[in-house]
Amino acid sequence: MLSAKHKTGLVFFPAFDWAISPTHPEREERLLYTQDQVFEEGILDIEGIEEYRPDLVTVKDVQRVHFCVPSVWDVMTESHFISAGGAKTIGMAVMDKRIERGFALVRPPGHHAMRVVHGARGFCNVNIEAIMIEYLRRAYGINKVAIVDTDCHHGDGTQDIYWHDPDTLFLSIHQDGRTLYPGSGFMQEFGGPTALGTTLNIPLPPKTSEEGFLYITENVVLPILEEFKPDIIVNSAGQDNHYSDPITNMNFSAQGYAKLTSLLKPDIAVLEGGYAIEGALPYVNVGIILAMAGIDYSKVREPDYNPDRIRQSKDITGYIEKTAETVLGLWDQRVSIGEKVRGKDKIAERTRRLFYDTDNITENQKESLMVCPDCSGALRIDSTSSRDKHILAVHIPRDACHACKERGYEWYDVKPHGYDIKFLQDRPQDKYLEDHKGKE
Amino acid sequence: MIIGLDVGGTHTDVVLIGDQGIERETKVVTDHSNLFKTVLTGLEKVTEGIDHKKINRIVLSTTLTTNAIVQHKLAPVGMIVAGGPGIDPEYYRTNIDYCCVKGSIDHRGRETEPVNPSEIKQIRDQFRKKDIRYVGIVSKFSVRNPQHELTINEILGNSFDKVFMGHRISGKLNFPRRIATVFINAAVYPIHKDFFEAVKRSLNKKGFTMPIHILKADGGTMTFDSSVDFPGQTILSGPAASVMGSIAFASRDEENLVLDIGGTTTDMAVLIDRVPVLNALGIQLDGYKSIIRSLATQSIGIGGDSHVCIENGKLKIGPERLGPALAYGGPSLTPTDALVALGIIPELNKDKSILGLKPLAETLNLSLDQTAQKIVDQTCNEIVKNAHKMVREINSKPVYTVHEVYEDYTVKPKKVLVLGGPAQHFAPNLEKLFNLEVKVVPRWSVANAIGAALARTTCEVTLFADTEQGKASAPEENFFRNVSQLFSKEDAIKIAYDLLKEKAIKRGADPQDLDMEVLEDLEFNMVRGFYTTGKNIRIKVQVKPGLIHGYDQISNS
Ligand SMILES: [Zn+2]
Ligand SMILES: [Zn+2]
Ligand SMILES: [Zn+2]
Repeated sequence: MLSAKHKTGLVFFPAFDWAISPTHPEREERLLYTQDQVFEEGILDIEGIEEYRPDLVTVKDVQRVHFCVPSVWDVMTESHFISAGGAKTIGMAVMDKRIERGFALVRPPGHHAMRVVHGARGFCNVNIEAIMIEYLRRAYGINKVAIVDTDCHHGDGTQDIYWHDPDTLFLSIHQDGRTLYPGSGFMQEFGGPTALGTTLNIPLPPKTSEEGFLYITENVVLPILEEFKPDIIVNSAGQDNHYSDPITNMNFSAQGYAKLTSLLKPDIAVLEGGYAIEGALPYVNVGIILAMAGIDYSKVREPDYNPDRIRQSKDITGYIEKTAETVLGLWDQRVSIGEKVRGKDKIAERTRRLFYDTDNITENQKESLMVCPDCSGALRIDSTSSRDKHILAVHIPRDACHACKERGYEWYDVKPHGYDIKFLQDRPQDKYLEDHKGKE
Repeated sequence: MIIGLDVGGTHTDVVLIGDQGIERETKVVTDHSNLFKTVLTGLEKVTEGIDHKKINRIVLSTTLTTNAIVQHKLAPVGMIVAGGPGIDPEYYRTNIDYCCVKGSIDHRGRETEPVNPSEIKQIRDQFRKKDIRYVGIVSKFSVRNPQHELTINEILGNSFDKVFMGHRISGKLNFPRRIATVFINAAVYPIHKDFFEAVKRSLNKKGFTMPIHILKADGGTMTFDSSVDFPGQTILSGPAASVMGSIAFASRDEENLVLDIGGTTTDMAVLIDRVPVLNALGIQLDGYKSIIRSLATQSIGIGGDSHVCIENGKLKIGPERLGPALAYGGPSLTPTDALVALGIIPELNKDKSILGLKPLAETLNLSLDQTAQKIVDQTCNEIVKNAHKMVREINSKPVYTVHEVYEDYTVKPKKVLVLGGPAQHFAPNLEKLFNLEVKVVPRWSVANAIGAALARTTCEVTLFADTEQGKASAPEENFFRNVSQLFSKEDAIKIAYDLLKEKAIKRGADPQDLDMEVLEDLEFNMVRGFYTTGKNIRIKVQVKPGLIHGYDQISNS
């Protein structure tokens, strides 16, 4: 009889009644054939594989991560509460040791959702991994977390949320931003002044195949994880690197994804993208589940799988080896680069223009960070959207020192204020404030 | 008049039911080495002096196939399994002659690798050489497209006595369970067929000519003639018989819990508006996970005759039964003895029970009464705890739509029906612990036979349509039709109901008494590129388990 070597939990939530629009890639049908394959393979019957019903996240769980404009209820649909909840359910089951590992096979996805949310970007409204992770930090007291994003698109939302967090290692492997949405995720994107080196981007050229992905996993991801020593490893398990994916240009496979999962050994995997709903997802998901559970996946392959047809060229192999070297070099020098970057500034500022492709919104942001020697620094964001909302958002980090806590409240308490909404995330106290103009 | 017969572990119960209710009831000792004689004796006793022409229905629930599986008395079977990409089907091996072959169908029912005829011919010859007479054929996704199973069957020709194919036994997706179920069907086929043919012959000789119905694990019936194609469905019909026997006393529009407290075990089930909750996947028996429809029942090793002892300083009840209670000449202390000692069961041999209680009372440092009470309390507590657990499990069934998550329907039993020997004595205690009305099922000692007698014929139909491929099919019913892009969910439901009606009548249902419902109706737009190219429709309908019309008021008898 088949049984799991590692007790593995699954939340399967295909949201069969939810779509962005009827013909959108993020539609009801997306996980239909995956469900067929998972059911027909009898995976949920296997000894040591446990299916859970997703919990719902609370508004507070969302506020812990996001500044939602104008409110949590306005940017979330019921389906988002469930998909984030599914990730949370798996996270709790892992922390409670009811399972060794878990996979939240849920939709809609979340890795393009940033800290400030004016609407949907790249099919994402809220960041379901971040909501889960910050809940686990609060409820279980874990600190160091590694997120390995293996979706084909750069996980720019997750990067944004953890840009200033030295305790969260964000490692994204994706198709080069010069050739794919969202056009970011270059090696130079390396983390904010107080968290330099805990954001790492590994852009890969189009047509990268199994060989390239597994090379990066073994030679870059695993050694860095080894050094970082996270309490938990989270995998943003997007499946759009597949050779048959309609919106990307990579050559990864079900066998490749399963092998990558065996190497990475994530505690928690969360489904992200993947839009080859018939030819890839059913096989990739079965491969990932079996790999997580430590069950033989050697016969899991796409019906049209032909490793010779998708093999990467020598040029690509060479390019990837060089990329690996550069990333490892950056990682090794992160401390000295950090000192150089911080210089003598007390406050670091950056201004950005962000685009919400799904909802067609433009946002202008000005970020000010306390470059603090004692903590990762209070953060102030001034943001205006093309929907005519001007907000102030203040984030006091989990590890905030006394001075940064005070600075956070000083920023928030500015009077009189001309903002439509003021937000405060007081992470040490797990307290979230909102001040809507004209409401008082 | 109707005869219901249920073969139990110790007794076989038989009832004769007329328009006015139960006319006769009888018990015979079950002889497991000669079930045929047991069944015949039971039938003879209950019909003694009755005009055979007045009997128009006979329903049997036996342990025949269950015992064959548990005791590994199975016929040699040859299995041919076509897996394709995915988990290696070798992991689902059921027996020695189990061959994994080429051929693969994908999730939409498209062939991705053909069957290799010469490979099948070789296997056929090998099976024949080994004198195998029963064969099972299962291909992955055969419920979407049975072509490979049919092709293999054709190659086998007439070389075997009986061939079972996966797509004919269930419409559900679950390849490993389909493999196990096809194997079970093939392996119990000869024993089932021989037994019921013999019963039929004997009854015919005595002048009974009505069709024999057989109880299934889902609390429904089928005729003997249709059962030869699905003999596996007769396993574990016993627990279903008792549940069906309590339905007449359940309340409408609410949820009831049924507890059958026996000597060794307590079996539990849930009724919603007098319809038993079914197991989502299928029955499990002796390591076989099958796709056979069954009631969601749970059995725990606690009953009136459970062995009571002290283990690690703590009172332990069950799960084993060493024999009857001390009061009835048994070898060890039981919860029944506790009831006797407390005077709840008036019994002459009270001394024996008290003698058995003494050492425990000393170890626990309690009085005799306190010890007896503690045993009764703990027995009831265990039952209640497990009943709650079962309800929780039913309620934690995963759902796949936003609507269902937010609707969050949960089962909350409002009443508890108990049956079985010690049930009435535990009832007051259970009532306190559940904080619900606990009702002892009248005539509980033959409720199982009543349940068998009055169970309705049940069945299920699964219909699948893929308008992009222009196909609608229900392979289980041998139904295939080309459809247009305009084919709708409503069309699909209508066809499914027609197929269901036809199937139910063929299996012995009264056309006037079909309580049908839609279990699942899903419809997806299929989008390729940025255009809608078709619809993917999935329908599941069933005839609900329940009591046959006209007899659901038997409670008044
Ligand atoms: Zn990525
Ligand atoms: Zn993606
Ligand atoms: Zn500070």
